[in-house]
Amino acid sequence: MTKTNIEAAGWSSDASRLNLRRRRRSETWLKGAGLVAISLAFLMLFTLVASLFATGYQAFRQTHVTIEVTVPAEVTDPGDANWRAIVREAVARLFPEAGDRELRGLSDILSNGAQYIVRDRVSANLSLIGQTFEVKVPVSDPYDQLNKGLIDRATPEANRRVSDDEIAAFDQLVEAGRITRPMNWALLTNVDSRFPELAGLKGALLGSFYALLTCFVISFPIGIGAAIYLEEFAPKNRLSDIIEININNLAAVPSVVFGLLALAVFLNWFGLPRGAPFVGGLTLALMTLPTIIIATRAALKAVPPSIREAALGVGASKQQVVFQHVLPLAMPGILTGTIIGLAQALGETAPLLLIGMNAFITAAPATPFESATALPTQIFIWADSPERGFVSRTSAAILVLLGFLVLMNALAIYLRNRFERRW
Amino acid sequence: MRDTSETEIAVAGQTAIKFTAKDVDVFYGETHAIRGVNVDILDKTVTAFIGPSGCGKTTFLRCLNRMNDTIPICRVTGDIRLDGEDIYDRRVDPVQLRARVGMVFQKPNPFPKSIYDNVAYGPKIHGLAKNRAELDGVVEDALRRAALWTEVKDRLKEPGTGLSGGQQQRLCIARAVATNPEVLLMDEPCSALDPIATAQIEELIDELRENFLVVIVTHSMQQAARVSQRTAFFHLGDLVEYGETGQIFTNPHDPRTESYITGRIG
Repeated sequence: MTKTNIEAAGWSSDASRLNLRRRRRSETWLKGAGLVAISLAFLMLFTLVASLFATGYQAFRQTHVTIEVTVPAEVTDPGDANWRAIVREAVARLFPEAGDRELRGLSDILSNGAQYIVRDRVSANLSLIGQTFEVKVPVSDPYDQLNKGLIDRATPEANRRVSDDEIAAFDQLVEAGRITRPMNWALLTNVDSRFPELAGLKGALLGSFYALLTCFVISFPIGIGAAIYLEEFAPKNRLSDIIEININNLAAVPSVVFGLLALAVFLNWFGLPRGAPFVGGLTLALMTLPTIIIATRAALKAVPPSIREAALGVGASKQQVVFQHVLPLAMPGILTGTIIGLAQALGETAPLLLIGMNAFITAAPATPFESATALPTQIFIWADSPERGFVSRTSAAILVLLGFLVLMNALAIYLRNRFERRW
Repeated sequence: MRDTSETEIAVAGQTAIKFTAKDVDVFYGETHAIRGVNVDILDKTVTAFIGPSGCGKTTFLRCLNRMNDTIPICRVTGDIRLDGEDIYDRRVDPVQLRARVGMVFQKPNPFPKSIYDNVAYGPKIHGLAKNRAELDGVVEDALRRAALWTEVKDRLKEPGTGLSGGQQQRLCIARAVATNPEVLLMDEPCSALDPIATAQIEELIDELRENFLVVIVTHSMQQAARVSQRTAFFHLGDLVEYGETGQIFTNPHDPRTESYITGRIG
């Protein structure tokens, strides 16, 4: 038998020490590489979120102007009055010295929706007829940008959205203390609009909610049922192997393919309504199913065999073992997988574009069968809009979407920790 | 085998035969795990299966309540009768059989439920109690028989997994006896327990013998000698020798048994 190096030289030899140093060095290298990788990932995440906040925070506030409206006593039906004239009169009161010609331009300071806001206020409270009262209405987008400092006053007048006269008029309002910048709740409570200052996410939020609800109601029971059958009851043979491989592959199919499938089957063949959250939910369910099946199977597999044996040992049937012992123990894992699948579905855009959930819709859906947008498609629409105000609103909508995703993932983590069992 | 068959018949005259196995072979896929086992197990005794690891004693034990059915690649041939009835007959429901032939496993495996629910589960699924009061009675009785009642009577609602190892194993015994079985199979029930808990379980096994047949697989020959009346020695898938425990340990007929008992193989 030949002696090894160590035996020949001993543990305290130079060769041994060198070997040790080399091992330590490679370990340090590995640690360093890991740290660099994590730092890079965090840096990118930070850059993304920071840039979203940097542009998006502006959209969480909206410039308003307080106007004094007088509703003539002869108005009988708020639905039929000339609100446009009433609002113009209020603008004239803001600028007493302006002539008729100038007033037409100055009316543009107010949002196009001002007249409807006044109308709705009076409709809700008919005793305002014949009175003079103050209303806060949003200013139109260029003035909102101006107030937020997004329009540079140093830019030559010809290249600016607002003229020098318009700036002067606006500054006059600022000095009079009529300009405020409150929280922009309209971002969540309004539906979509061509005018950025009026556009909100209500329709998209409801659309996403209905789509996710449909997706959950369909994919959760089917996914769990399929997983239970495959994991617990299916014979282990070639056929079940093929099914398993196909389900795993299904999880990797590009989402746009599901969109095309939904377009061909749900819309063209079944004739379901275009752009309805229900159809969106069906499409998302197709994509969520493999995620739920895979997560459920993993959770079922993780239940220790001793529990199955114990239940079988007291004479429980296969079905009793699965439904009374294995499934309850696997539930935290199943719920975690389901929520992560739904979170994925929430952010999915491509299939929804194909089934028409990217239309311009100015009414919130009352049922899942009415046309609507979803959060990601709304972001898509806004990102595509030319108005300056949609830049910050797009970022704000992305932040809202990310907020929901974080919430859902937090719920998944909470459920996992809350119901995790130890053996 | 041939040598012991006469003594077997002599003993069989005193107590009824509960289990009869004839030419039982077990295969795991291609592996021949058990070869031609013939054995008569007597009622109201403690019968120990001993032998080195991998000798097939646990496999044979799991044939007796058809737990091997749950392993897809496992195949059992031959004839096993419980009270003269073939338990591998098509008409026998393995689920019901397992209620008649209870089982306690190597590692304590209480359900992650309350102590009460652990014991009540079997009677519930088999409809052994008509109402809550009756179920309470069944649970108390089972826990008393498993010598656990005094320790847990005040905390029946607490999880069974919170008990100590020995208590958990007695809880598993209580769970098994709660369905009122005729036979109790024990697969190395003390291998995960300390000596004190082991002594408690052994004492318990001796008491259980009054009501049922107990078949216990054990690695510890001292344990077999302490608790059993009859012992079967398995080696490499063969049932080498089966007889009264005293005879097996003091006067084994087969040289392989002698080698194992004296520690030369195993």
